[in-house]
Amino acid sequence: MKRGLEGPPPEDRPTPTGRRNKQGIRIDPEVEATHEPRRTVISALVAHEPGVLSDVSGLFSRRQFNIESLTVGPTKDEDRARITVVVEEPDPGIDQIKKQLRKLVPVISVRELEPDAMQRELALIKVDADDPAQVSAVADMYDATTVDSSPETATFEITGARQKIEAAIDTFGQFGIREISRTGTTALARGTEETAAAVNATESTATEANHDETYQTANDD
Amino acid sequence: MSERAAKVTQADEEAQDDDQITDSAAPDAAQEVDAESETTPAPVTSGAEAVVRALENAGVEHAFGVQGGAIMPVYDALYDSEIYHVTMAHEQGAAHAADAYGIVSGKPGICLATSGPGATNLVTGLADADMDSDPMVALTGQVPTDLVGNDAFQETDTTGVTTPVTKDNAFSSDSDTVGSDVSEAFALAGEGRPGPTLVDLPKDVTNGETDREPDAPSVPETYEVQERADEEIVAAAAERIENSNRPAMLLGGGVIKGEASEACRKFAIEHEIPVITTMPGIGAFPEDHELSLEMAGMHGTGYANMAITHCDTLIGIGTRFDDRLTGGIETFAPDAELIHVDIDPAEISKNIHADYPLIGDAATVVEQLVEAVDESPEATKWRAQCQQWKSDYSMAYDAPEDEPLQPEFVVEALDEATDDDTIVTTGVGQHQMWACQYWTYTEPRTWVSSHGLGTMGYGLPAAIGARIAADDDQDVVCFDGDGSFLMTLQGLSVAVRENLDITVAVLNNEYIGMVRQWQDAFFEGRHSASDYHWMPEFDKLAEAFGAAGFRIDDYDEVADTIEEALSYDGPSVIDVHIDPEANVFPMVPSGGDNGQFALTEDQL
Repeated sequence: MKRGLEGPPPEDRPTPTGRRNKQGIRIDPEVEATHEPRRTVISALVAHEPGVLSDVSGLFSRRQFNIESLTVGPTKDEDRARITVVVEEPDPGIDQIKKQLRKLVPVISVRELEPDAMQRELALIKVDADDPAQVSAVADMYDATTVDSSPETATFEITGARQKIEAAIDTFGQFGIREISRTGTTALARGTEETAAAVNATESTATEANHDETYQTANDD
Repeated sequence: MSERAAKVTQADEEAQDDDQITDSAAPDAAQEVDAESETTPAPVTSGAEAVVRALENAGVEHAFGVQGGAIMPVYDALYDSEIYHVTMAHEQGAAHAADAYGIVSGKPGICLATSGPGATNLVTGLADADMDSDPMVALTGQVPTDLVGNDAFQETDTTGVTTPVTKDNAFSSDSDTVGSDVSEAFALAGEGRPGPTLVDLPKDVTNGETDREPDAPSVPETYEVQERADEEIVAAAAERIENSNRPAMLLGGGVIKGEASEACRKFAIEHEIPVITTMPGIGAFPEDHELSLEMAGMHGTGYANMAITHCDTLIGIGTRFDDRLTGGIETFAPDAELIHVDIDPAEISKNIHADYPLIGDAATVVEQLVEAVDESPEATKWRAQCQQWKSDYSMAYDAPEDEPLQPEFVVEALDEATDDDTIVTTGVGQHQMWACQYWTYTEPRTWVSSHGLGTMGYGLPAAIGARIAADDDQDVVCFDGDGSFLMTLQGLSVAVRENLDITVAVLNNEYIGMVRQWQDAFFEGRHSASDYHWMPEFDKLAEAFGAAGFRIDDYDEVADTIEEALSYDGPSVIDVHIDPEANVFPMVPSGGDNGQFALTEDQL
């Protein structure tokens, strides 16, 4: 029997009534509140310098964020690049992704896009062309462009929302798909809204520090 | 960053005005040269000189490192500099020493290493500083640019390897901008939430000719720090505090880093709010004060864990709610609304949902709260309850004279024999917990330890860095475990060479004790690889290095030996043979409920 300390044992201590969920949010002990993951698009404006992409992708893998696609490309400003990331996470996870991205020194601004933002993807689909007429009929149906054809194969380029590409791949499936290459989603906000405007950092962090923006004093019992 | 490169610096202009080129060899030998009598330094001629000039401009006085092929040009430039370089026995020691230097001084510590193995040896120290947000700059040599990517001799992708464990890092590719890269790294290390930064220095870049003076230290435009919290949320938080009946403050390492200790003390004492600290927050509030409940968490005091579990309003300042503090999230402060003060927005609601997010500099935000809170909370009953817990769960321990020496007794004896401003460094394990629990800390920057990463071997190199940063009249005591000490004891050679007055107390139980404690509790006492009965005699080993060695086996040797070791002018090592069965309590098992801490092994 090794030494320890004196004092009331665990079973003799008062216990609080409250509980928190896995996200550290206080909950009604009777009702378990969990956040369901949702798919969203996050756009980040970054300094166009070597190593930024690996910083960003490393962050995602290191912090176990669930990422569906990541694309990067230049912008109208040659010192800036845009990274578009599609993620699937519960709300607190999405908040954490935005905050962690903002923390990287080369990241200028980060924004989550509205669900109605323009989202496009490009795919190259190489199919067996045993039945050229049927294949090109399907291609027309999806506004696909023929980029290569040979006696055995036909390769189409198709752009659009993810759902459209998924559907096209499904339909082309009947001919036998040899290879596919897809770009992942790139996106822009609609209208005059800026996609990842360099908002004042303090404004964005304060408003996004929590997703419920009520700072009411709770009644004390 | 071509814009920055084009800027002509203040120093540059002054150098051009001054047509008299002074010899850069040893100016006044006095430590502090009067600004007016200071001679204008000679213009830089190489990338390496620009690197050293950047450090000098930033006010760097000390650096820790190990020489090597790719970093040689920088060392050659250091040869003519006023910066005092401490040659370490191992790069890991250089990183920990720089880290501790940063903790004690509040300014970024500097460490240097060569490419390849030198750089990889820094990684543990960088990861440690990253977890604990300690300001630090690492400068690593790299193979010449045209060999990068060829798997050249002593080549490692240093920026690649260190990205996950640094706040920011950079690969320098141009002799003209290398000095400014170092200036920026220095600024980033200390600004906002501190952390380690690294600059990788290819040999052709440091050898390359340049007359470009480095820019003054400044952070890039993309790096913004919010100093003041949103007034509206401050007002709501203040109202919450005024209306609370069971308030508690939780002070983390950010309080010490943000120099907010004074403001927090004022606030807590004025409104009589009980204060809990995290482990890195030790020293933020005097532990001998009635309001202090000391440290909460896995091995925190019973009373701190009761208070944190039962409070209705928790004011967390500069803490990231690490799992060792919170235990299971579901049971952490489950009745509390959280007011969370942090300079890093990403810490808000990361682990525990913040009801009142106050983003900003700790000292500034606490002052905002001082302004906003008019009435003290009505918490007389709560305070009485906390005092009751303090006596219920007292940290008093048994130390029967006829049984083996208890470690708590040794910690308390050393505490009594030294002044309040004594700096304590530790390794990681049971000895570290005893040093937390049984030493009474009253001042910030006197507790230097590895918290987030839990790096065994941190203690001795940290004592070296702390000793160099500390005031001459401050004592530096290192508590180490036998397992921890063995990992970095080559640093003794450095302490002897520099004649550093540090006292190392090795709490030797011939076990890797924390692991042994867990094996007894959770692995049916199967001591797999935790039995350290093969330890050397550390007192004799110390003497072999040229340090003073002492040994304690019994209670009646404690006071005199400590006295002797402390009064020895230079490094001394006390090999303290403690009860090998001694365990650390209270204990909250991983993911457990803080309020259900175990006081004895059978409660686990």
